[in-house]
Amino acid sequence: MLWASGHGAGGGACLGLATRGFGLGARTSRKTGAVGVRVYAVVAAGGFRRYATYRVATAAGVFTNTVFGFIVAYTFTALWDERPQLGGYDLSQAVTYVWIGQALLMTTAMMGGGFENELMERIRTGDIAIDLYRPADLQLFWLASDLGRAAFHLLGRGVVPMALGALAFDLALPADPLVWVAFLCAVALGVVVSFAIRFLVALSAFWLLDGAGVAQITWLVGLFFSGMVLPLTLFPGGLGALAQVLPWSALLQIPADVLLGKHTGWGLVQAYGFQLGWAAVLLTAGRLLQSVATRRVVVQGG
Amino acid sequence: MESDFIALDGVEKVFDVRRRTGRLRREKTRVRAVDGISFTVPRGEMVGYIGPNGAGKSTTIKMLTGILTPSGGRVRVAGIDPARERTRLARHIGVVFGQRTTLWWDLPLRDSYRLMHRMYRIPDDRFKANMARCVEQLDLGELLDVPVRQLSLGQRMRGDIAAALLHDPEVLYLDEPTIGLDVISKAKVRDFLRDLNAERGTTVLLTTHDLTDIEQLCKRVMVIDHGRLVYDGALAGLHEVGESERTLVVDLERELPPVEVAGARVLKVEGPRQWLAFPASVSAAPLVAAVAQRYPLVDLSVREPDIEAVIAKMYADRSAL
Ligand SMILES: Nc1ncnc2c1ncn2[C@@H]1O[C@H](COP(=O)(O)OP(=O)(O)OP(=O)(O)O)[C@@H](O)[C@H]1O
Ligand SMILES: [Mg+2]
Repeated sequence: MLWASGHGAGGGACLGLATRGFGLGARTSRKTGAVGVRVYAVVAAGGFRRYATYRVATAAGVFTNTVFGFIVAYTFTALWDERPQLGGYDLSQAVTYVWIGQALLMTTAMMGGGFENELMERIRTGDIAIDLYRPADLQLFWLASDLGRAAFHLLGRGVVPMALGALAFDLALPADPLVWVAFLCAVALGVVVSFAIRFLVALSAFWLLDGAGVAQITWLVGLFFSGMVLPLTLFPGGLGALAQVLPWSALLQIPADVLLGKHTGWGLVQAYGFQLGWAAVLLTAGRLLQSVATRRVVVQGG
Repeated sequence: MESDFIALDGVEKVFDVRRRTGRLRREKTRVRAVDGISFTVPRGEMVGYIGPNGAGKSTTIKMLTGILTPSGGRVRVAGIDPARERTRLARHIGVVFGQRTTLWWDLPLRDSYRLMHRMYRIPDDRFKANMARCVEQLDLGELLDVPVRQLSLGQRMRGDIAAALLHDPEVLYLDEPTIGLDVISKAKVRDFLRDLNAERGTTVLLTTHDLTDIEQLCKRVMVIDHGRLVYDGALAGLHEVGESERTLVVDLERELPPVEVAGARVLKVEGPRQWLAFPASVSAAPLVAAVAQRYPLVDLSVREPDIEAVIAKMYADRSAL
């Protein structure tokens, strides 16, 4: 057997020589340094496709998002009829906000449900060992995979409910394609912030072994402070101010306000800056925690 | 470097385990999973690493991959300190943990290989050639487009072994690679490993509870128990350590009373067939001659001692100490 001694066409005759070729392979790999970008592209594509394989789940999810969208949209309609301009939104903007929320619920993983369950499970069972002996960075690997997942969820779980919502309600959607581009950028940043939070949560499993409790608290907090339950502009006083500066507002409130045209010009730059700032802080914290965790790692199980 | 390609010197791993002893009281106990192990493995050797459950085999392998830092002692693999340069080492080693998988669970096998291709920056031609080899030898052709979660255990294991080899590792660690496989899958995996070692010169360290793996693949075997190396040498030598016996099975012309010859004792008589035990360390020839001379012999065969029994005896002897 000729183990790819460099020239695959050699055929069976030079079996004995293959041992030399092996040395060659080792030399080639020795000079390569860090992992290339392409691996993360493959990981992201994999992240996309692995969610795409579950068609029934996706269809069920779309159905759920749509049903909830209708329920909440009617509730908001009743609410805004009573209190027009509540939180600075008119009725049509408020209903649009609802449908943006449904479209982004999975995308920016406001209720969790992305890679973090898997990563925690891998830490708990010791499968993390496999990730650690690979020549890839743990955080980047999972970030790439989560971006792939988010892309799928935006297309698979976001577009249809939004379209159905637009058919049934009078939505305040922008005509300017640039606003849509700006919105997508805000969503992407929101995904990164969301990832960074969930990465921290997942790593807690190194110490707690069962990170499920921490995860649940984070999802609850996330659901509330992302603005999924109610737009953050509706919260009074101190609570409202706090909600607006917490990282979770990057997940829904900011992207929604970008689409609704509330952030333009310098305001848009500030909104991005806010998201980027949190992303940087949380990703750095994740890196630190990761290096502590892997240095004193205790890999579970035989 | 060639003779001590893998080198362990007084390596220890101590786990602190916290145990609940009362409602609030917790007790800290120390588990010496690996307790001062030293050995070297030259490049190109295929070594069996065996021992009872909890002996410290997996812990040793984890230290050899760099995912666990030793509590003491020195580890070198290809001249690299695994714990300090895990990522650099990763390109030199392939790892298969029989009970875990490196493959993407939800995606076709092919996608995992694509990932390996990029992750290890395998040159395209080598990747192609290695893939072709693995697919052929491990019979993966039909499986490439099947999601990993739909593979049987044996299929998945073969898929994992291929994944560990696409980047031409110099060393392959296998932690129970045949666990849960049927006879045919085991044979396939063994054939593959034997070829890999013979033709590519890949150094292989293999842990297993299936001693047939060892018998068929490894000339050298290391036995570990309670974190210590209790035997390191030729597989054959284990017999002497375990004072094992071989069995001579003789078929006589007719039913006869137990055979009486010097240097052997009869274990069992079943019609014209008799089983004689004699020390594994002596030649069978004089015994056969003696039987043939005095009894109407029709047929005979010599059975090697059951290594499993030898090792079981060794484990038992040690825990009795
Ligand atoms: N993460 C851990 N924390 C605490 N103790 C551990 C840990 N990992 C292993 N041990 C202990 O170290 C010892 C050796 O375990 P190891 O997994 O190396 O055994 P093994 O030889 O691979 O056994 P098996 O044949 O059952 O796989 C055992 O006593 C085990 O309980
Ligand atoms: Mg083990």
